[in-house]
Amino acid sequence: MTTETRLRPRLAVWKFASCDGCQLTLLDCEDQLLEIAGVIDIAYFMEATKGEIEGPYDLSLVEGSITTPDDAERIQEVRRLSDKVVTIGACATAGGIQALRNWSNVDDFISIVYAQPDYIATLETSTAISDHIHVDFELRGCPISKHQLLETIDAFVHKRQPNIPGHSVCVECKMRGTPCVMVVQGTPCLGPITQAGCGAICPAYDRGCYGCFGPAESPNIDSLGRWWKGLGETDTDLVLALRTFNAGAPEFKEASDFYER
Amino acid sequence: MSAEREIAVDYLARVEGEGAMYLKLRDDEVIDLKFKIFEPPRFFEAFLRGRRFSEAPDITARICGICPVAYQMSSCNAMEHAAGVQVAGQLAALRRLIYCGEWIESHALHVYFLHAPDFLGYNSAIDMAKDFPEQVQMGLRLKKVGNQIMILLGGREIHPINVRVGGFYRVPTKRELETLVPDLEWALDAAIATSKWVAGFPFPEFERDYEFVALQHPEEYAIHQGRIISNRGLDIAVDEWPQHFEETQVEWSNALHARLKQRGSYHVGPMARYSLNSDKLTPAAKKAAEDTGLGPICTNPFRSIVVRAVEIAFACEEALRLIDAYERPAEPFVPVEPHGRVGYGASEAPRGILYHRYEIDEEGLIADAHIVPPTSQNQLSIEDDLKAYVPGHAHLSDEQLQWQLEQAIRNYDPCISCATHFLDLTVERDAPGS
Repeated sequence: MTTETRLRPRLAVWKFASCDGCQLTLLDCEDQLLEIAGVIDIAYFMEATKGEIEGPYDLSLVEGSITTPDDAERIQEVRRLSDKVVTIGACATAGGIQALRNWSNVDDFISIVYAQPDYIATLETSTAISDHIHVDFELRGCPISKHQLLETIDAFVHKRQPNIPGHSVCVECKMRGTPCVMVVQGTPCLGPITQAGCGAICPAYDRGCYGCFGPAESPNIDSLGRWWKGLGETDTDLVLALRTFNAGAPEFKEASDFYER
Repeated sequence: MSAEREIAVDYLARVEGEGAMYLKLRDDEVIDLKFKIFEPPRFFEAFLRGRRFSEAPDITARICGICPVAYQMSSCNAMEHAAGVQVAGQLAALRRLIYCGEWIESHALHVYFLHAPDFLGYNSAIDMAKDFPEQVQMGLRLKKVGNQIMILLGGREIHPINVRVGGFYRVPTKRELETLVPDLEWALDAAIATSKWVAGFPFPEFERDYEFVALQHPEEYAIHQGRIISNRGLDIAVDEWPQHFEETQVEWSNALHARLKQRGSYHVGPMARYSLNSDKLTPAAKKAAEDTGLGPICTNPFRSIVVRAVEIAFACEEALRLIDAYERPAEPFVPVEPHGRVGYGASEAPRGILYHRYEIDEEGLIADAHIVPPTSQNQLSIEDDLKAYVPGHAHLSDEQLQWQLEQAIRNYDPCISCATHFLDLTVERDAPGS
């Protein structure tokens, strides 16, 4: 390996339990993909290439949550091979929708789906990558935002912090000029407690935010819960709304457990 | 003297999800063959229990980031079937339109990024771009046009937010849809050019006598509605699925495979749709198919790449027709109340029929869910292809044979992330010993 080629940063993309949508976001960068491949080596990315350059890698993007004993070991190997680890998406940052098993007996889940439960090697829980290894940066979303992904790759290539705001979806609605769906239409919305990043799509399409990007910085869930109840929503409605793709995010988990009691 | 050899691929590249292949040969005889899936299960059918019926489209979309619209449509169809509601007119047209976007995006990804590199001898489309820059650029732009439809109509390309049981949250104006027209006109030409390009690839001589299963509709090339038919006499409504299909366990793989009762393996996806419904294609797509020499049916799975290109042309032409005929409906959705009922739904995902069945309780909560994705249905057919392919090609080196068998798996564009929430698996990364 010559020094010159090694100057090109090496990117690896890893998959754990997930839908593939967040790694697909990289391939959905139709206008930038070939440019990216021109400045960094896409060294390991099974969904896109048979070619494989051995580690170590400068940047690893990790999609998916940890749900099996094998994957709990494999993520340690990813950490050892990687200078920086960035988790992408709700599965990797909060355990994903599959973290709903964390409130159930996983054996019941297995027997509902599978004819021969004995063959299933799975953990009791679905957990975020940061529960297992040190993570350098977490990119939220179900799915992640293409623009935030490009910003994050660029930041790590240039050894700076990514510029990813932690404020709520409400800020994006104001920037987009969308009238508040909760105030104007009386539609329950998770926007006030959900991190921005999607571009506040749902309110622009006449529906309430359903929390794809997980909790915003210091979310006041208690206050939002009172607003929701003022609109006629129940504790059960709040539990279901908080227990979706980011059910395992600590702030959402604590609040959904509270409303369930 | 007989020679035994093993070919193992521990992690298949350029498929969606985590799968593996293991083959053991004695001379040209297949002793053991497994198409394995080690993707971890996520238990969708289990955690759907107790969720509101209205949540099914958003939750099941998360089974697959590549074909979320298929999950949204099949689940909506099932809920509406349960309630005895038919979503028709312009709302149905909009469903068809967003589905066209998904077909274009998913097929362009497969044709250019996952499959073409096999035929031309590259590890990836990115490597291929060094020698075929115009083609890869064209593939990227085609994919982007599909995604543009999803973004406009669905809010975003992965896990669209605008689909709901009964219709949409917000329906677009005609003017908004018309902004798609210039790109779609370019895309139609590009798709036709794509079909010509891929039709010139070197295809192995290989035909199989498949039972093709697809949706069929009397007036259109079926995507979002129709009866389930086959070339061997199957002709049923979607709610008759359980009488005709079953899932069985194969002793050596611990995997549930969908099969036709009494008959066994069948084939879903672009080749099945084309072979059963090619007379319903739009004019330019029909001509593109003729020009590539496909004929009315296609039984060489390696040629599925040509069928996908033809279906991209169809989806572009159909999208243009739907936009031209569009009139904004007065209401974005119709009310649907499936409480205390059972509903069945199916639609044609890019990879084939996607079947959903739900039992809804009196409170409107899901009491039971059953989902059969296309890749689960194609698993047996994939293995049958591999078994049939090996004997005529055993003279190839391990490396060549492995390459062609991987290619044969990719003929199906298998989506392992989809299949796995329901497959029964053991994690077995290494090839077992003899």
